[in-house]
Amino acid sequence: MTESALPEGGLRRVAIDPLSRVEGHGKVTLLLDEAGIVRQARLHIVEFRGFEKFIQGRPYWEVPVMVQRLCGICPVSHHLAASKAFDQVVGATRLTPTAEKMRRLMHYGQMLQSHALHFFHLASPDLLFGFDSDAGRRNIVGVAAVHPELARRGILLRKLGQEVIRMTAGKRIHGTGAVPGGVNRNLSRADRAELGALVPDAIDWAGEAIGLVRSLFEANLPLYREFATFPANRLSLVRADGAMDLYDGLIRARSPQGETLLDDVECGEYWNYILEEVRPWSYMKFPYLKALGPERGWYRVGPLSRVTNCDFIPSPRAEAARREFLAFDDGRAARATLGFHWARMIEMLHAAEVIGELLEDDDLSGTELLAGGPRTARGVGVIEAPRGTLIHHYRVGEDDMVVRCNLIVSTTHNNESMNLAIREVARRFIDGRTLTEGLLNHIEVAIRAFDPCLSCATHALGQMPLALELLDADGSVVGRLRRD
Amino acid sequence: MTVPARPRVRLATTSLAGCFGCHMSLLDIDEKLLPLLELVEFDRSPLTDIKHCGPCDIGLIEGGVCNAENVHVLREFRANCRVLIALGACAITGGLPAQRNHLDLGLCLQEVYLTEPSLSRGGIPNDPELPLPLDKVHPLHEIVRVDYYIPGCPPSAEAIWQVLTDLIAGRLPQLPERLVRYD
Ligand code: SF4
Repeated sequence: MTESALPEGGLRRVAIDPLSRVEGHGKVTLLLDEAGIVRQARLHIVEFRGFEKFIQGRPYWEVPVMVQRLCGICPVSHHLAASKAFDQVVGATRLTPTAEKMRRLMHYGQMLQSHALHFFHLASPDLLFGFDSDAGRRNIVGVAAVHPELARRGILLRKLGQEVIRMTAGKRIHGTGAVPGGVNRNLSRADRAELGALVPDAIDWAGEAIGLVRSLFEANLPLYREFATFPANRLSLVRADGAMDLYDGLIRARSPQGETLLDDVECGEYWNYILEEVRPWSYMKFPYLKALGPERGWYRVGPLSRVTNCDFIPSPRAEAARREFLAFDDGRAARATLGFHWARMIEMLHAAEVIGELLEDDDLSGTELLAGGPRTARGVGVIEAPRGTLIHHYRVGEDDMVVRCNLIVSTTHNNESMNLAIREVARRFIDGRTLTEGLLNHIEVAIRAFDPCLSCATHALGQMPLALELLDADGSVVGRLRRD
Repeated sequence: MTVPARPRVRLATTSLAGCFGCHMSLLDIDEKLLPLLELVEFDRSPLTDIKHCGPCDIGLIEGGVCNAENVHVLREFRANCRVLIALGACAITGGLPAQRNHLDLGLCLQEVYLTEPSLSRGGIPNDPELPLPLDKVHPLHEIVRVDYYIPGCPPSAEAIWQVLTDLIAGRLPQLPERLVRYD
C-alpha cells in the first residue's frame, strides 16, 4: 500500500469520521479492494482557519493572548511561545528570575494537566479494556465504573496542573500571565504553600501511572512492542548540557539508529533546517529535515522523542524512570509507538517534580517582573509543548503591528508519522478481514498514541515553509515584499 | 449527590470551528465530573466513540460554523437535541476564527498553498475528502435555532455546571451575574 494509490474503480471507501477521543477534528479514510486489502489509508485534517493571515496587522502585544485561541488544550504553549518570540522584539534577551520561573511553572503545570487528560480521560480505555473492547464502555465513564480510583487520580492530576496555570496565568484556560518581556504577576507565599501541599500525592500517582503502563507492556509484550511501530527520526529541544528542558533549549535531531542529525541548533535558525510540503488531501503540511529531503527527512516529536533524545532528565524520580524505560525489553519499548504513553507518563512525573521544586523557590514571589532592551523586528519562540516542538515566528513593523507570522505546531511535525502508523496498522490488522468497529478502533489507537492536537493543526495553515536560498539574513523571503 | 431514579439525561457535545477550550472548561468541573457521569449519559462527544448524535436531551456546541461539514453536524445536533446550547464566544459570535471574515478566502488559500515562493511542493488542498470551507465563519444561530447561550472564552466550569445542573433538575437555567463573563 502506498499513501497516494489512486482511487481506482471498484475500491470501497471506509471512513472513520470524526476521529474520537482525540483533541480536535480529523478523519481517516481507507480504500479497500475486493479482497479487503487496504490500498490507501490517510489521516485528513479537514478544517481551514487562517490564523497566520488574520494576525497580520494586529498589535504585537495582543498576540500572546489571541494566539492561545488556536487551542484550548494547550493554550499555555502558544501563550508562552508567542511571549518568547516577543521577548526578542522588546529586547528582553534575559528575563528576570521571577518572570522566567513563573513562566516555567505555568508551562510545567500545563504539561501535567495535558498529559493527565490524554492518558486518563482519552487513551486509557483502549489500554485497560482492549483495543477492540465494547465501544460503549471504551471511554472515561467506563474507566470510572471499573477503576474509580484511577479515574479520580487522573482528574486530580489534571486539576493540579490547571490550578498551577490559574495561579500563574490568572485563568485556567486562555490566561494572561505572560507578556512580552516577562510576566504581569508573581505568586504569594500563601499560594505557593497551597499548591505545594498537593504535589507529593501527584508525584506518587504519576509514579504509579508509569507502573501501570509498564505492566500493560509486560502483559501484552508482542502486541505493544510491534503495534504501529516503525523506525523514525526524532526531534526535540534539549538544554545545552543535554538535559531535558521543556521550556527552552537547542534543537537536536537523531536518526532511528541514534546518529546525530542536528545538534545545538539555535531556535532562531530553525528555518535553515526544516522544510514543508503540501499534499492535496490535508490542510496540514508535511515538514521534513531539509538535509535529508521529504522521503527520508520526516521525523517525530513529542514525549517519546524527548525522553529518548535527552541525555538525562534533571529530576531524580523521572530520571530513574527514564533509565528503566530505555532498558526495558532491550530498548524496544523506547522505539515502540505505544512507548509514547510510557514516555508521556515519565514526563508527567517530571512535571510534578519540577512544580514541587519551583514552588519552593522564593524568586516566584519576587517583584521584578519585566525586562527590556533595544527593539528588534523579528522574534522566534520555540517551546516543547505537551505534544512536541512548537515554533512561533513573527515579524513586527515599526508601528508595532505584526507583518508576518509563521507557526509550526507540534502535531504538524508528526503528520507523516501518523500516516505511516495508520498504514502499518491497516496492513497488520485490517487487510483481508471483515471490518468491525473494533478493528477500525485499532487505527485510532495508533493515532491516539501521538496525542495529536488536531485543534492546533487545524488553525496552523499559512505556515511559511522556508527555504534558505530564498531568505535574506533576517529570515525574510526575498521578493516577498508584497506581503511584508 | 445520589443517583436519580429516573432515566439519565442524555448529553451530546461537539466542537465545530472552536479550539476545544470550552470542552476543557467542562472538564474543569474536576471531581464533579464523577457525579456528573452518574447523572448523564454521554452520546456523541469527544469523550466517547459515538460518531453520530442520536436522540438527546441536551446538546452542547462549541465553535462557530466554518465549513460544510460543520453545517451538517450542527443540523444533526439540532434535529436530535431537545435543548441546544451555544457554548462560548465562538458558537455565539464566530469568535476568533471569524476574524478571517474580512479576508478573501480564495486569495488566502492561494497565498498559503500556492504562491509561497519557498514551498517545496505546493498546491491548494482540494481532495473531495476535505469539506468545502465557507467564505465566512458563522455563529450557530445563523444556521439553526439555539435555546441557550453561555458566554465566555471559555465560559467558566462553574457557569457550565450551573446551566447543566439546572437543566438536569428540570429548572430554567439561571446564571448569576458573577458567572456571566466575556473573557
Ligand atoms: S469560545 Fe474561546 S475557549 Fe471556546 S472554543 Fe472559542 S476560542 Fe476556544
